[in-house]
Amino acid sequence: MLLSRVAEAVYWAGRYVERAETTSRIVKVQTELYLDLPRSAGLGWSPLLAVTGSDERFDVDRDDRSEEQVIAFLLSDHDNHGSVIASLAQARENMRTTRSVFPREVWEALNELYHWANDNRDDAVPRRSRLMWTEHVMAECQRLIGILAGTMTHDAAYSFMRIGRHVERADMTSRVLDVQAGTLLEQPDGQPYADLTWMAVLKSVAGYQMYRRSVQTGVQGPEVLRFLLQDTLFPRSVQHCLVEIARDLLVLSHNDRIMGSCARAQLYVEQARVRSLAWDGLSPYVDGLQVHLDEVHDALSDAYFQVRPHSSPLARATA
Amino acid sequence: MDWHNYPEQGFFDENIDQGRPRPAFEGVARYLATLGIDDLRRRQRDAELAIRSMGVSFTVYADGENIDRAWPFDVVPRVISTSEWSRVTAGLEQRLVALNLFIGDLYGDQKIVSDGVFPAELLAESANFRPQCVGVEPPLGVWAHICGSDLVRDADGTMYVLEDNLRVPSGVSYMLENRLVTKRVFAGLFRDLDILPVDSYPARLLELLVSLSPRKGEQPTIAVLTPGIYNSAYFEHSFLAQQMGVELAEGSDLVVDRDDCVYLRTIEGLERVDVIYRRIDDLFLDPEVFRPDSALGVPGLMRAWKAGNVAIANAPGAGVADDKVVYAFVPEIIRYYLGEEPGIPNVPTWICHDPDQRSHVLANLDDLVVKPANESGGYGLFVGSHATRAERVEIRERVLADPRNYVAQPILSLSTAPTLCDGALLPRHVDLRPFILSGEEHYVTQGGLTRVALPEGSLVVNSSQGGGSKDTWIIDPTVK
Repeated sequence: MLLSRVAEAVYWAGRYVERAETTSRIVKVQTELYLDLPRSAGLGWSPLLAVTGSDERFDVDRDDRSEEQVIAFLLSDHDNHGSVIASLAQARENMRTTRSVFPREVWEALNELYHWANDNRDDAVPRRSRLMWTEHVMAECQRLIGILAGTMTHDAAYSFMRIGRHVERADMTSRVLDVQAGTLLEQPDGQPYADLTWMAVLKSVAGYQMYRRSVQTGVQGPEVLRFLLQDTLFPRSVQHCLVEIARDLLVLSHNDRIMGSCARAQLYVEQARVRSLAWDGLSPYVDGLQVHLDEVHDALSDAYFQVRPHSSPLARATA
Repeated sequence: MDWHNYPEQGFFDENIDQGRPRPAFEGVARYLATLGIDDLRRRQRDAELAIRSMGVSFTVYADGENIDRAWPFDVVPRVISTSEWSRVTAGLEQRLVALNLFIGDLYGDQKIVSDGVFPAELLAESANFRPQCVGVEPPLGVWAHICGSDLVRDADGTMYVLEDNLRVPSGVSYMLENRLVTKRVFAGLFRDLDILPVDSYPARLLELLVSLSPRKGEQPTIAVLTPGIYNSAYFEHSFLAQQMGVELAEGSDLVVDRDDCVYLRTIEGLERVDVIYRRIDDLFLDPEVFRPDSALGVPGLMRAWKAGNVAIANAPGAGVADDKVVYAFVPEIIRYYLGEEPGIPNVPTWICHDPDQRSHVLANLDDLVVKPANESGGYGLFVGSHATRAERVEIRERVLADPRNYVAQPILSLSTAPTLCDGALLPRHVDLRPFILSGEEHYVTQGGLTRVALPEGSLVVNSSQGGGSKDTWIIDPTVK
């Protein structure tokens, strides 16, 4: 038996861990790109806020979009609930209340990661230690996923954890495309750093090397879009995430509605015209994708997290 | 290890008698002598590391936030002989039989009141009597399924019951974890001595809960109902649910449907619950009946319970016997229902409600402990020997203003047990909380949770106020 509250906490733990990892990676890649490009390229830190959907929140809390402020906000700010440190704290809190469904090692690994990240949070911002800090967080998140895969019974709780991870991952990949590629596409044709920036897009979702293996031509806009949206084999493409969500839903009961939401999202992704999107209309397209992902989340919440008496078999039978 | 220099200080020591180990402690003392004090200190460190890595903790509220603290533990066990323990066990069982009859009587015909044994006005003013429970007949006639009774020993070695915790007694998880720790650090001793095991408690508790299920013949669904992660005993709630393999639920996980049955909200939909082991106080259980502002409880739970569709342990209203005024009557209660003399004596108690007893209390404040009837955790306690003039004036006023709410007892010289303090073995005051399960039959833990006041001279054993704990070993001294 899996309580709805526990399922929801586990689902969000999956999302928070994924969020900590992807936010760390995006910051790391942007930092490297910044170091590569000449100042004349005019690369700023605002896109990072847009990717993580925290523009408004940032402007409320802080006044200056300097590197230091933006990075501190995204990595080590406890008050920004989307920061890496806050994501780890929330994942840890969720796991503390649901310890019985997890192997002890998983709890201990997450507990240690949170304490490490918090104890060393002053290292997150300075450039000399930032890469080390973000890489450690990414590596530990991946270790956590490895322990889960290797030691946890692949039951419903495990499925909810994975669904959370893949919803978050699809969401992040689509945001990276929207913001990073979007700013790129707005540039005049033939701008000198297009290659480097498309590479950064791929690297932001750990996809550069796998893209090169899969696509023999150079790094080109339409191909990058196809790879990150529609490739069924690359684990961070949107389509792959949706396939994985559907696979985990199979083991759950009364999954019809959410399976429908998932199928509609898949269809939407399959039908993306990447060639024209690479030139025009990417932003509204990604908005549409976000709506589909929200529907998947809402359907999941309705089916499993919001169980009310009127939906009981008994109430249905007597109604 | 030389016990001749152990400073007993005129108290009764649990393990040592005039420089010599008591018979039940002899085997342990021999073993400790082979270790020496340095090795013992190392084992104490090992024990503390084990507790941290096992995540044994309790939550304290301090400086506006909840802090999860490592459980304080002393490595030297407190030892009791099997012959004494079997007398204690019989006395506790007798007590719980009588208390359950008493609670059932109060919510039924109130014969003990009409027979003039228990004063009607005391019942009328009882803070824990729940009129909502009148007329309910819970399964097996049992109200207090789980009880933690606090035992103390006075200077002459007599063991007394100090109080019976019948509402939501806690501590049993620490008893179990303490045993796991001592098994790790004193592995050799467990091979050489016959120490009675404690680890069957979760299985016995589960057996008891199963026996209460209203749906006979079906595999019952059981839940531990917790107030949540900010409760000081959350670790225990989670521990017991895991050990029994049952659900750990918060109030919002449960719902009472139109059929007056209780359901768990699960990913499969609503699942009927048969038995709830609640760790929430009565007044928070059901906002429809008790405090309407309670967000911890389940609306309709009392309806479901009264309809017999769910069993609740301990039953709502059981706390009526967990009152220091009722406590004073327990010897009478035992005689009234069972026609027997109490197996374990009560600490002599004066009831301030009674005018003669009240004047005795007010005339002898210096030599007495005065307690409010319905507080737990050592709150509101007046200790005459340590009180200031102002405190004496204040307690007099409080007793006169609300005599029903006060009782007084002599100041006991609590027994001590050897405890590792700054690297030396010194006597520290202890009490003992065994746990008693009441269902079709009774079960008393073999030992219990020994709590120890760590500062020199202190009598306060509560973990929230600087108390520690010890493992408790029941050993047969005649088996060599």
